[in-house]
Amino acid sequence: MAIVARSSKFSRIMWPTVAWIVALIFFFPIFWMVFTSFKTDADAVKPEFLFSFKPTLENYFNMTENYDYWRFAANSVITSSFATILALVVGVPAAYAMAFNPSRHTKDILVWMLSTKMLPAAAVLYPMTFLTKNMLGIYDTHFLVIVVLCLINLPIVIWMLFTYFKEIPKEIIEAGKMDGVDTWGEIKDILIPLAWGGVASTALLCFIFCWNEAYWTVRLTTTEAATLSKLIEGNRAPEGLFFGRLSAVSTAAVGPIIVLGWFCQKQLVQGLTFGAVK
Amino acid sequence: MASVTIRELKKAYGTTQVMHGVDLDINDGEFVVFVGPSGCGKSTLLRMIAGLEEITDGTVAIGDSVVNDVAPSKRGVAMVFQTYALYPHMTVYKNMSFGLKQAKTPADEIDRRVKAAAEVLQITDYLSRSPRNLSGGQRQRVAIGRAIVRDPEVFLFDEPLSNLDAGLRVQTRLEIARLHERLGSTMIYVTHDQVEAMTLADKIVVLRDGRVEQVGSPIHLYEQPDNTFVAQFIGSPKMNFFEGSDIVGNASTDITGIRPEHLRETDAANAMVSGKLELIEQLGEYALVHLTTSSGAEFIAKMEHPPSVGKGDTLHFNASQQLIHKFDKQSGQRRT
Repeated sequence: MAIVARSSKFSRIMWPTVAWIVALIFFFPIFWMVFTSFKTDADAVKPEFLFSFKPTLENYFNMTENYDYWRFAANSVITSSFATILALVVGVPAAYAMAFNPSRHTKDILVWMLSTKMLPAAAVLYPMTFLTKNMLGIYDTHFLVIVVLCLINLPIVIWMLFTYFKEIPKEIIEAGKMDGVDTWGEIKDILIPLAWGGVASTALLCFIFCWNEAYWTVRLTTTEAATLSKLIEGNRAPEGLFFGRLSAVSTAAVGPIIVLGWFCQKQLVQGLTFGAVK
Repeated sequence: MASVTIRELKKAYGTTQVMHGVDLDINDGEFVVFVGPSGCGKSTLLRMIAGLEEITDGTVAIGDSVVNDVAPSKRGVAMVFQTYALYPHMTVYKNMSFGLKQAKTPADEIDRRVKAAAEVLQITDYLSRSPRNLSGGQRQRVAIGRAIVRDPEVFLFDEPLSNLDAGLRVQTRLEIARLHERLGSTMIYVTHDQVEAMTLADKIVVLRDGRVEQVGSPIHLYEQPDNTFVAQFIGSPKMNFFEGSDIVGNASTDITGIRPEHLRETDAANAMVSGKLELIEQLGEYALVHLTTSSGAEFIAKMEHPPSVGKGDTLHFNASQQLIHKFDKQSGQRRT
């Protein structure tokens, strides 16, 4: 008994310590970035000033006044929101069909959808740029960014929704059929209310992925439809590193999504473990 | 109210045929039970009548009209599911009124019908509760209520009692029987439990492997089973079969069937069949006595008083002639 008691006391102290150390290691870059954003560019490159510096909001004023932060932020909000809505508009019926009217090919289709995520994005960079710029003339438009963000997240959205919809007993949908609801009614009155947690966490995750996406948003935009990713990219000046400025921009870019994630974490965790705890 | 007429009904999933041309006439107001072992196609048949399963070939007619291509909600049928299939996000009231709302029934009419059905099923107090706050039996009543409010021509029940515990099953069975008496609607009921079939049905349809084995009243199926399958499926414990010289007067091409409750203990001189005592199941009201014949075939006798002999002792039985069933050994069909 004594040994058990001692070892449990030891582990009671040790595991939280390990957890804190690991968490701090992971968090350190963010922590460093937030601190640096309140330093001048000159202070920022001196490591001994990690804690001892005179905080300044200069970088933030600079960012909003000279770099048009709000326009980039607005673009991020617009493209991420509409891409998420579009992904749900396409994804909900698709997942519904596969969950409740599966065919022999449903599994193949699901795997095929996921396989599109296995293609390296760089492989289609040239055709995408050429087609959108020279042939379709939609380069650097909200429309293009929304469509691209929607498409790259659609496989994940459909997979997640499919998993949630699968949890709903088929008889409930059939009871709806007996009660005379049409397909739209089944989705609107039965499916979405029942899978609400799942739909919400799918939407949230899709929004986060859209917001954070950098590969395409940086390459398919210049000014008009440029998002916060592009703003960060643009501040990576070739003539020298303006760490203070860059950190302020980065903090302001990831800030909203961290706040959103924080407020929705209960919903997110609930949604992601929906199947496990039910 | 309406009759249901099924002609040459077939169902195939890809190349696998699961229903092989079923013909069936269900009369107006009749209580028909589909019974059979799992996988016999009874639920598929019910779902084809409901419109939840596509018909590969043949016709289903409700009343005078063929409904093959009619949507489930337009067939005048209502279904009670095994798992109740209540809408978990709606109150009992909304569950019951949902179908009427879809049919654009006026609100006061909906209210009247829901309240009337709730009255009949004694669930008036639960109308504002959500299904998750109800017990299994209450949920099943709500599911039945949801069917009643639609005032269907035909009620369809898909194993409605199999999720309830034994006591509740008997009670709900009685309630369904009363409901049928009260409403007088045509009811089709699927179960694998022959006791439910015997107690509820005006007419039993015994299915096996997507084919109808026999149709008839419960007592007819009990007294005159068409074949060995029906003979063993209807009645509990199931009918004993004797072959060869195990029983007196059995032709070598025959199987002789005697139900356990029809075996009477007698002396060696008058015995038709004798067996060594293996086990006694004492059930209070009666005892089930398990025996084996000299050839090793097992059989059961239902006795009012357990025999006062020990394990391994021989017991002798006979039965009255009209309670003895003869089947062809090869085909399993009844000898007339």
